[in-house]
Amino acid sequence: MTNSAWETLSDQAVAVAGVVYFLALLAHLVEWASLREVAPATAGAGAAGAADGEGGTGSVAVDTGPDRGAERERRVALFGRLGLLLTGLACAVHLVALVGRGLAADPNRVPWGNMYEFTVSGTFVVTLMYLVLHRRFSLAWMAPFVTAFVLSTLMIAVIWLHSEVTPLTEALNSYWLVIHVVSAVIATGAFTLGGILSAAYLVKDRRGEATTGPLARVPSLATLDRVSYRIHAFAFPVWTFAVLITGPIWAHEAWSSYWNWDPKEVWAFITWVVYAAYLHARSTAGWKGRNAAILALVGVATLWFNFIGINFFSTTTQHGYAESAPAFVEPVGR
Amino acid sequence: MSTAPPDTRPEARERRAGELSPRELGRWLWRQLTSMRTALILLLMLALAAVPGSIIPQEGVDSVKTARWQDEHPTLTPIYEKLSLFSVYDSPWFSAIYLLLMISLVGCIIPRTFVYLRAIRAAPPAAPRNLGRLPDHTSYETDEETRAVLERARAALKDRGYRLRPDDGSDAVSAERGYLREVGNLLFHLSVVVVLVAFAMGGLFGFRGGAIIVQGTTFTNTLTQYDDFEPGQLFSAGQMDPFTFRFDDFDVEWQNTPRRGVLARAFKAGLTYRETPDAAEKSYDLRVNHPLSVGDTDVFLIGHGYAPVITVKDGNGEEVFNGPVPFLPQDQTFLSFGVLKVPDSPTGEIGLEGLFYPTFQLADGNPVTIYPNDANPLISMQVYTGDLGLETSSQSVYDLDKTNAEQLLTDDGKPLRLDLELGESATLPDGLGTVTFDDVRPWTRIQFSQSPGKEVALVGVVLALVGLLGSLFIRPRRVWVRARREGGVTMVEVAALDRSGGGDVVPVLEELVGELRTAVPTGTAGTTRDTREDEGRNDT
Ligand code: HEM
Repeated sequence: MTNSAWETLSDQAVAVAGVVYFLALLAHLVEWASLREVAPATAGAGAAGAADGEGGTGSVAVDTGPDRGAERERRVALFGRLGLLLTGLACAVHLVALVGRGLAADPNRVPWGNMYEFTVSGTFVVTLMYLVLHRRFSLAWMAPFVTAFVLSTLMIAVIWLHSEVTPLTEALNSYWLVIHVVSAVIATGAFTLGGILSAAYLVKDRRGEATTGPLARVPSLATLDRVSYRIHAFAFPVWTFAVLITGPIWAHEAWSSYWNWDPKEVWAFITWVVYAAYLHARSTAGWKGRNAAILALVGVATLWFNFIGINFFSTTTQHGYAESAPAFVEPVGR
Repeated sequence: MSTAPPDTRPEARERRAGELSPRELGRWLWRQLTSMRTALILLLMLALAAVPGSIIPQEGVDSVKTARWQDEHPTLTPIYEKLSLFSVYDSPWFSAIYLLLMISLVGCIIPRTFVYLRAIRAAPPAAPRNLGRLPDHTSYETDEETRAVLERARAALKDRGYRLRPDDGSDAVSAERGYLREVGNLLFHLSVVVVLVAFAMGGLFGFRGGAIIVQGTTFTNTLTQYDDFEPGQLFSAGQMDPFTFRFDDFDVEWQNTPRRGVLARAFKAGLTYRETPDAAEKSYDLRVNHPLSVGDTDVFLIGHGYAPVITVKDGNGEEVFNGPVPFLPQDQTFLSFGVLKVPDSPTGEIGLEGLFYPTFQLADGNPVTIYPNDANPLISMQVYTGDLGLETSSQSVYDLDKTNAEQLLTDDGKPLRLDLELGESATLPDGLGTVTFDDVRPWTRIQFSQSPGKEVALVGVVLALVGLLGSLFIRPRRVWVRARREGGVTMVEVAALDRSGGGDVVPVLEELVGELRTAVPTGTAGTTRDTREDEGRNDT
């Protein structure tokens, strides 16, 4: 296959992945809509169904209640499984898009030379981590949020960030880059999942424990807090490795100084400090729970701002992938 | 871990400062400063304080952009300057937060180290009177003797790496594991201090400088040879390594991309260098991402461009300038901008300013460059004379002071533009002389730096990571097993406590109780048969 054929394949794969994510999201929305009607105990299902009045006949026989409840539960399970399957499929196509991107470049390279590629990689990791951790942490309830997040971020990537395949500028052409970016992207995926958990925590904290409807599916506050902590506890060392070890090593090789206070570095540091504060908050009386969850959300905000936003604000960044001109032709002072 | 931070003690907060003696006040302040909550707030302040530096151009990061920004914002500039907003990371307020955090950190670590040293020798605490009060507990009944149950519990916990409280004949077993978590935590925080110190050392004793070096020339590592030089506050000239190198050859690989045109993909500078004036000569191909280390100095290839070789003769035919003039690339086409100043011409100062086209083509009489390689080069210069301020002001080499200068014009009053192809020369009007474009040579921008303490910083962060992993993933827990005879059966209560607040101890309990109830006892002969029978019963 030629390079441009790979590039086309990649672009098409992103589009297909987007469509499949959309279908997955739809499936999960149906699942949740069905949940709305299901009362947790079978005994209550008839009453809930009757109260909805959506039987249409106006006179709902009481003894059909449990049946309908069971049927709805089947529907919930069916669409839940369908959604998961579609998400898995989308994730596979998403991977094809990444591989195609890498093979389209001459010479072949890792698919993270610019913002578009970073975003596509980052969202891929979010999906992948969700799928991997799905069983272990019972994350089924997160499905609509994850698919909606990935879908909308992919759309942003395609509409605003898309750019052609180009060879890596030489400063980016280093195996440290591979290690640095792999770890940064993994941490980003994990922090994003952690952020969704923290958001759910805050919503649930506001609304109180629900016994019916979609909120009932969201695990208890204690569980949310614990799972969120465990994901953050995984992501934080990975982020430390990415931005405070491999990043500086690479910066030293490419730019002659291991820490330059470049805006990207500054924000990576800010993110790190905020998450360190999150970890501290969890073990500080008065900051536990709610405030810690807020800090986790602040962390995610700084993370994604650094990923995308800073390029539009900052006046100086050497992180060349944000712009098209070669990043290493520096003017001389004096 | 659960050692409560001192600030949660009620008496520390209820008293007002006015009621304290100076000594108490000092202690109170110290306690506040080293409390976890203060650390948390300082951390958040540090994050917040780092923000402006990423939005406002920083002198230390890009002095050219900073100067330009300052020109564009005349009203804000003095205010920002007062607030040190152009050098946020060296500013007093940033340093203050940073120092307070350091003090808080050290003040926190030292006492904790002693607490830890005591804790590591201590036995697990005795079982609480009522295990049922703990959030995670379970119980079962058995016919087994209490001693037998406790013996097995001890063995099972020991197998799982728990430390046991010496058997004091009580009705319960106390066990604890995860002592190393605290070591990890201390290691992490200590390493943060190490990294901060190493980082500060790099800033104080290091330097960073750069020079544009034209192919064929020799560079001697002395301050005068640098184009720009940023020393740390405690840098001394004696730190300069006495190396020299010659820039022999240059290689650039151009790549045609379908949509973005021709890009420079890889470039390298072949150097011959001597570490000291009388050391043997060595050679090195300097490339981006592949620095050369000489002594304590690292040498980096940062960028490249073209230096047209230009000869200027004055009105008397005397050569007043001859040499390569590095032009700065403006974009990836390598259209480059340059300035040539000739101060010591007896027939009047001459200043040339203009563009270099690596591969030019004429479009409507104006040159455009179609390829970044120097296949068909052209310089296109405008000429100034009069007072160029060359003797007085120390300005940038890429800045021609035209305030008192006079631009040379053609006969019909338009600005004179010299378009010279390789080998061509032009005669300047008013008997000023001639300009010849002799040759093109590549230049590279080379950056030099010393960052003392960089190895220490690296070791520091790696240790911090190791400590962090320990602190996050070693699960400190306590387990208690109590067995009591009650109404002819043995009541066994098991409780577990996760001391990190992150773990779920229910599986730990289930697993342990599962083993206690089913394991075949190996101990004292007398109880063996009985327990087997128990087991049969339990399984049904
Ligand atoms: C540069 C500043 C600091 C950073 C980056 C930092 C980072 C961390 C991290 C990542 C943890 C692990 C959290 C966990 O085990 O769940 C931690 C724990 C802790 N830090 Fe810090 N810390 C900093 C400053 C401080 C200071 C100044 C203090 C002292 C007041 C402090 C006290 C503690 C304590 C007591 C813990 C144990 C929390 C626990 O696990 O129960 N830290 N710190």
